[in-house]
Amino acid sequence: MSAQDRQNGSMIAVRGLEKRIGTQEILRGVDLEVARGETLAIIGRSGGGKSVLLKHLIGLMRPNAGEIWIEGQNIINMSERELASIRQKVGILFQGSALFDSMTVAENIAFPLREAGERDPKTLRKKVSEMLEIMEMQGQEEKMPVNLSGGMKKRVGLARSIIRQPSCILYDEPTSGLDPVVSDSINRLIRRLQKRLCVTSIVVTHDMKSAFDVADQIAYLHDGRIYFHGTPDDLRQSQDHLLQDFLLGRSDRRGSSPPERSAGN
Amino acid sequence: MFPRFFNVLGSPLIRFIQYLGEVVMLAADTFQSLFTRRLRWKLFLNQVVEIGLLSQLVVVITGGFTGAVFSAQTYFQFHKIGMGSATGAVVSVALMRELGPVLTALMVTGRVGAAMSAEIGTMKVTEQIDALRALAVYPTDYLVVPRALAMMVSMPLLVAECIAVGIAVGYFVAIFLLEVNGTYYMANMVRWTRSRDIIMGLSKAFCFGILIVFISCHKGLTAREGAVGVGRATTEAVVNASLAVLISNFFLTMTLNILYPAGYQ
Repeated sequence: MSAQDRQNGSMIAVRGLEKRIGTQEILRGVDLEVARGETLAIIGRSGGGKSVLLKHLIGLMRPNAGEIWIEGQNIINMSERELASIRQKVGILFQGSALFDSMTVAENIAFPLREAGERDPKTLRKKVSEMLEIMEMQGQEEKMPVNLSGGMKKRVGLARSIIRQPSCILYDEPTSGLDPVVSDSINRLIRRLQKRLCVTSIVVTHDMKSAFDVADQIAYLHDGRIYFHGTPDDLRQSQDHLLQDFLLGRSDRRGSSPPERSAGN
Repeated sequence: MFPRFFNVLGSPLIRFIQYLGEVVMLAADTFQSLFTRRLRWKLFLNQVVEIGLLSQLVVVITGGFTGAVFSAQTYFQFHKIGMGSATGAVVSVALMRELGPVLTALMVTGRVGAAMSAEIGTMKVTEQIDALRALAVYPTDYLVVPRALAMMVSMPLLVAECIAVGIAVGYFVAIFLLEVNGTYYMANMVRWTRSRDIIMGLSKAFCFGILIVFISCHKGLTAREGAVGVGRATTEAVVNASLAVLISNFFLTMTLNILYPAGYQ
């Protein structure tokens, strides 16, 4: 399996992933493949299990069944300490940014490097200011996270997750709760990172503009399974009612969709 | 009839055993990384300041007033049978063997244990612990190890301080307020106090420190969503740690008394 994946150039492969939380079936057999260097947007309704799927990809949640292959390694049975090597290759931007609120912006961004053993204050300062420049946030080093706006927090969170130059970045709702202008700047940032770092990206979102802006491929997660997987153009041209309803933001008329779930996105 | 009886009795029992198991596993995990991983000195020293240095006032007041009141009460009783000068011996042995460790532990639980579970709990519910894991940092190494080590170092010192202040204040109350003969008071105290009494007190302090730190950290790490979750985790941490201190104190007294028997021999 691993050799085959490497040959196919697939960075991430998910097979038959199932997850129950309590009595709710969140994922009912997700199959997904992401090629190296590709940007995949996972769209779907709120509460449909998108964030849950994303957390599985980095081992933050454990599935009830299925396999997850990252660069040819099955991460399902890895222990928390073994996962560290995978997590150095895969960065994640959390929905709420999850900045360490007792540290300044600079300390947050430098944290992964410091933990990896980099002690030289000059190098750290230089790397942090480089990151802030990419994020268009120069001179904000000494601010505390509590004094940042939502968009700035996302940028700092993103800077923290890419400072170790991962080969894959996972974005959990990067534009949720931001105004259209800030959302657009985040989308531009995602595209710029694709070009600059040549990373594989997975963007979980329900913001269709964002999905069309950044994605090479789009997957629609519905009812715990991947209902559609194709290019943005395929999606636009699709005559499927469910997809059309989602694209146009029509609420469900036939009652075939699952009810809104409360356990996260 | 019987199945229901076992059901009612069984499920809390299983939950309790599971809880104990989780705390023990956390402790085992912590000790393992304490001996095999690099220590984060800065975090450790921060915790020593937080636990040790900043608890001084609380511990000094606890020790001082306990010594004062214990000295006075003992004198009131002993004075009637003409043994007023034996007050010093009773105060010193009681403070060393029981009052010092137990009262300090209870105060530290309220001050430090609550802060630990609230801080870690808040990190849990704001995804900061997930962020640590995602950045390839093992939460036990980063959060629990420095706290546990700082507690093991600080608790014996705090207890020693509590005992010393208690004895000193007890002396002043007896000599200057109750007009006991100072020479006899000191002579009796030194004669009846053995080094094994202080060893017993400090051993207890060490054990209580371990109980407090693991119970509090475990509650923080398993906090449920939201402000309510953190509040509940904090309350449970304080209650459980206090009860653990009081209950384990009895067993420690009985066990340690075999090693360090009380009395003049």
